[in-house]
Amino acid sequence: MATEFHNLQELRHSASLANKVFIQRDYSEGTTCRFQTKFPSELESRIEQTLFEDTVKTLNNYYAEAEKIGGQSYVEGCLACFTAYLIFLCMETRYEKVLKKIAKYIQEQNEKIYAPRGLLLTDPIERGMRVVEISIYEDRGSSGSSSGSSSVSGSTTR
Amino acid sequence: MKNCEYQQIDPRTLSVSPQSAQSLGEAKRQRPRRKWEVFPGKNRFYCDGRIILARQNGVLPLTLGLIVVTCGLFFAFDCPFLVEHLTVFIPVIGGVLFVFVLSSLLRTSFTDPGILPRATTEEAADVERQIDTSGSSTYRPPPRTKEILINQQVVKLKYCFTCKMFRPPRTSHCSMCDNCVERFDHHCPWVGNCVGKRNYRFFYIFIISLSFLTSFIFGCVITHLTLRSQTGKSIIQTIQESPASVVELVICFFSIWSILGLSGFHTYLVASNLTTNEDIKGSWSSKRGAEESGNPYTYNSIITNCCATLCGPMPPSLIDRRGFVLSDEAVPVGSASRMELPPFAVKSDVNMCTPSTKDMLERMVHTSDLHCLCPPGTPKTTPLVLEVPTSAATPTEPPNSTSCSGQHSIKPAADSCALFGLGTNERDSLHSINPAFRLASPSPSLSHFALNLSDSPDLGFVPLH
Repeated sequence: MATEFHNLQELRHSASLANKVFIQRDYSEGTTCRFQTKFPSELESRIEQTLFEDTVKTLNNYYAEAEKIGGQSYVEGCLACFTAYLIFLCMETRYEKVLKKIAKYIQEQNEKIYAPRGLLLTDPIERGMRVVEISIYEDRGSSGSSSGSSSVSGSTTR
Repeated sequence: MKNCEYQQIDPRTLSVSPQSAQSLGEAKRQRPRRKWEVFPGKNRFYCDGRIILARQNGVLPLTLGLIVVTCGLFFAFDCPFLVEHLTVFIPVIGGVLFVFVLSSLLRTSFTDPGILPRATTEEAADVERQIDTSGSSTYRPPPRTKEILINQQVVKLKYCFTCKMFRPPRTSHCSMCDNCVERFDHHCPWVGNCVGKRNYRFFYIFIISLSFLTSFIFGCVITHLTLRSQTGKSIIQTIQESPASVVELVICFFSIWSILGLSGFHTYLVASNLTTNEDIKGSWSSKRGAEESGNPYTYNSIITNCCATLCGPMPPSLIDRRGFVLSDEAVPVGSASRMELPPFAVKSDVNMCTPSTKDMLERMVHTSDLHCLCPPGTPKTTPLVLEVPTSAATPTEPPNSTSCSGQHSIKPAADSCALFGLGTNERDSLHSINPAFRLASPSPSLSHFALNLSDSPDLGFVPLH
């Protein structure tokens, strides 16, 4: 854990922000929170398409779980309704629980997959759930991305 | 290799650390600002950001007053008579309804209706780029709408010039509050807030319970007056006996029609999963011709629509109004050790944003910003830094600070410079003993920092060496 975190620090120290890619929402199935799984061309040299798609799909599944309309959400909603919504003052909704899971998942993905490649995911909740922001970092010392990745990988081996 | 890398990193980190120290100082000097204090929309916040209202909320006290006064008169003047002649359940039912009305009203008013935060500059630039590429061939200004398919139906997304983004479906910009609100229903002056995705269910419960309460009071007052007049008195005498009932009767009579109408209308909207905004605009009405133009959001079942709107999962607030601002001057730009210090990870839990990625990003951005902003400072100070470990401790401080204050005329900058020396000491403390205590303190703020730094465990550096 400590070494992984160190990794992110290393990235921050040795890299400068080059670009940001925004993954937009996919509204084709209604207004539930879903993000497009189309692979942005800016990331082509940085990350494998499958890894990226896995991440977005997992995020989408989490959001689908949070926004699923079914027995549990009805019980929660009716309970809240009968208590004149006062229960929300002392109870964590399922959505909030899933959001915590998502935050954890994003941090984990950053540490394991994205930071070593000079990328960083931002939790969509911080951008109003409109976009998944992916920051692309480049090594400061040299402009080439290959050296950037090598320095980062060097830091991982330490 | 290791050392080499450190040499490579050092000037950068050092160019950063004055800023971080300065921001640290500012955070100490002035209270860290919360996001609601810099919120761009026209909203008012109370209780340190816990409560959000529209700026013009003068009608809300009137609403509250009407409800409280009417119910007060009812409980004071009608209930005793009705309990005596009918049943105890009348005040009980009235009381329950009253609590329901008030709590749902207050929740509607004080809840964030589903405000979408405005786009960050990068996101806005990205959207701008997309627009430019799509509409560059024509002479007229690029179209600011985007067409998307929702459940096989074309929906136009409009660009919001205030929020710098394409409004998501069902989102509309409220001119009163100057915010984009998700699933915007309408701006309700009576509750002093917009009604949108997050507070529609409260609003609906409010309307429904209020119509029950009004009808209940209306019925009870009429019963009260009838029972009194049955004892053989004339109507005039009855009115003279309980004038309060007449006041209630008038209030209820004038309000009951609009309230009943409104609750009927909203019941229809809930059942068909529409918003007032869409209904008024006739977005999905059949007169537009093509048969596919139904409401794309409906679940095609009245019960599902009701449940989804009223009992669906409660979406989170997106504006994180109790979170702390991480702007240029207030952001704790990162020297690595600060990353793991608990005081800077302090965040309100209300919206559960992860501090980690955000902080990291912000810092990263500012690190690079700063790097561009103050290149002249860097070369000058770098040699000083190299001096620190050799000459060590007390004597190093005075030259350090003087040279810096010569360089920067502004006081905070000088402070930061002095601190910058401190930052390096912190770094070198791995070779020597922690120098924070040994530093002579030329300014009170510096001693402040020294204390602060000595408090903080250098977690970030431990694994490095």
